[in-house]
Amino acid sequence: MAEIKNYTLNFGPQHPSAHGVLRLVLELDGEVVERADPHIGLLHRGTEKLFEYKTYNQNIPYFDRFDYVSMMANEHAYALGVEKLLGITPPERAQYIRVMYAELTRILNHTLWLGAAALDIGAMTVFLYCFREREDIFDYYEEVSGARMHAAYIRPGGVARDLPEGLLEKIQGFTERFIGYVDEYETLLTENRIWKQRTVDIGVVDKEAALDWGFTGPMIRGSGVAWDLRKTQPYDVYDKMDFDIPVGATGDSYDRYLIRVEEMRQANRIIQQCVAWLKENEGPVKVDDYKLTNPPRATIKDDMESLIHHFKFFSEGYHVPEGEVYAAVEHPKGEFGVYIVSDGSNKPYRMKVRAPGFAHLQAMDYMARGHMLADVVTILGTQDIVFGEVDR
Amino acid sequence: MVMNEEVMQKENVLSEFVSLQEKFGDAVAQVKEGIDCPLLVIDKASIVEVCHVLKSELGYEQMIDLCGVDMSEHPSHDEKTPRFEIVYHLLSVTHNKRLRVKVLVNEREMLDSVTEVWPTANWFEREAFDMYGVIFNHHPDLRRLLTDYGFEGHPLRKDFPLVGHAEIFFDESQWRCVYKPNKLENRVLIPKTWPGVDRG
Repeated sequence: MAEIKNYTLNFGPQHPSAHGVLRLVLELDGEVVERADPHIGLLHRGTEKLFEYKTYNQNIPYFDRFDYVSMMANEHAYALGVEKLLGITPPERAQYIRVMYAELTRILNHTLWLGAAALDIGAMTVFLYCFREREDIFDYYEEVSGARMHAAYIRPGGVARDLPEGLLEKIQGFTERFIGYVDEYETLLTENRIWKQRTVDIGVVDKEAALDWGFTGPMIRGSGVAWDLRKTQPYDVYDKMDFDIPVGATGDSYDRYLIRVEEMRQANRIIQQCVAWLKENEGPVKVDDYKLTNPPRATIKDDMESLIHHFKFFSEGYHVPEGEVYAAVEHPKGEFGVYIVSDGSNKPYRMKVRAPGFAHLQAMDYMARGHMLADVVTILGTQDIVFGEVDR
Repeated sequence: MVMNEEVMQKENVLSEFVSLQEKFGDAVAQVKEGIDCPLLVIDKASIVEVCHVLKSELGYEQMIDLCGVDMSEHPSHDEKTPRFEIVYHLLSVTHNKRLRVKVLVNEREMLDSVTEVWPTANWFEREAFDMYGVIFNHHPDLRRLLTDYGFEGHPLRKDFPLVGHAEIFFDESQWRCVYKPNKLENRVLIPKTWPGVDRG
């Protein structure tokens, strides 16, 4: 009998379904994966080192570049962390705006995920459909911050500026249309025989393994754990929102797909509630302390103190009391947390970002073992990996 | 009345760890309430046993995060305390609570790996090793994680310069990428300041 040796395959870093720059060393027995060893760090930019040399205000734009498909969700975690250390609460209107944009971001992330994962598995049309809706949300990002993607809009103490006139009507129009779009995606995939063959029973993770491997977000809910920070540890105004949490039954890739689709519908519901509230209620959008936020432009023209505050805020920044805090949000991908250690100065002493994708990608070896080579792509797709946050 | 309830709640939060203190004695060096969650400081020799108890008896099923902190330039740091802190963030899904556990280690000291308690610690410990050079004992696969193959130094240590030591170039004659010592200067645009300190 001929001796059969294991075959080692180098998957990526330039493979189109490696979702960026993943180098995956696969040990294969025929076409069955024996071991998967992800090599990450090809997009490592040393952001955590850079944080320590930048003021708190200058650090906001770095957060857009972690998970670069759900920008505002990252900023949200950072803003909450700094606010906890400073002991401030943003005004209610700012909280509603944040929640609205966090949910728009969830749709932004899930549409990209759906498009890209379907494309990996071989469904081209979904990708084109999804990018149509993403374009609308990018417009809302641009209206509010001037940037289509890297918004730097959610800041400690509130948001950068109030919503422009007419934006709420546009977002409302979008939410009315969007439900129909989700139905369109579902007609393409949910009952699609090929889609089911590629995803059902692929990458099954049971409840215990999901907890052990540090899964969060749709990954842990797919495995049947009803855990969502928006419900269990609510931040901002999530406790006033009415929405449901989808939970999976088997923990396979198909469950995770269904959960993310349902999350888009629920996000849509939350946005509608926020739009309704924001239309009724006016108010400030950042805390009334010019040591921590910049004064309005108009006051700088004739008020000496405002000018000084403005200059100080954008040069030296503000001092954050000594202490340490961990703040987490229910990011579209899972739990995105920021651990801030402050030494009382205007720059963080140490800032660690807990990225959900980091823990998920780590379980690649566990999930892919015993599956076929083509399923690795499905598993990678269903984990919703973005390398900006994994490599930091 | 509300105050009393708050005090009661705080006591309850910490009373959870009384059994832990009885069991491990001095190994649980400190128990205190933080801004967001309780904090335990554990002696490094018994971290694995304590983590086992935290997971199986107190219900912290998930390790959310593990990271290192280089305390050497922190104003509150003195010579006698070890240089690094390894910070574990735990989460209990059943009881809906969080916990921060700290272990203090010095350079060239070994710390036992908690991968046997939570397998997810694997990469987090590799990252801490990569960034700070803290060595984890009994770790199944302690390689560098985020930096380049063959990288030298531990970049998140406070004595590692922001601009690094080396730059990468493409060398035409060898037709490959090569490292050269960098000539970058460490620019400081906004100095680090503390409140109330006169900056002239």
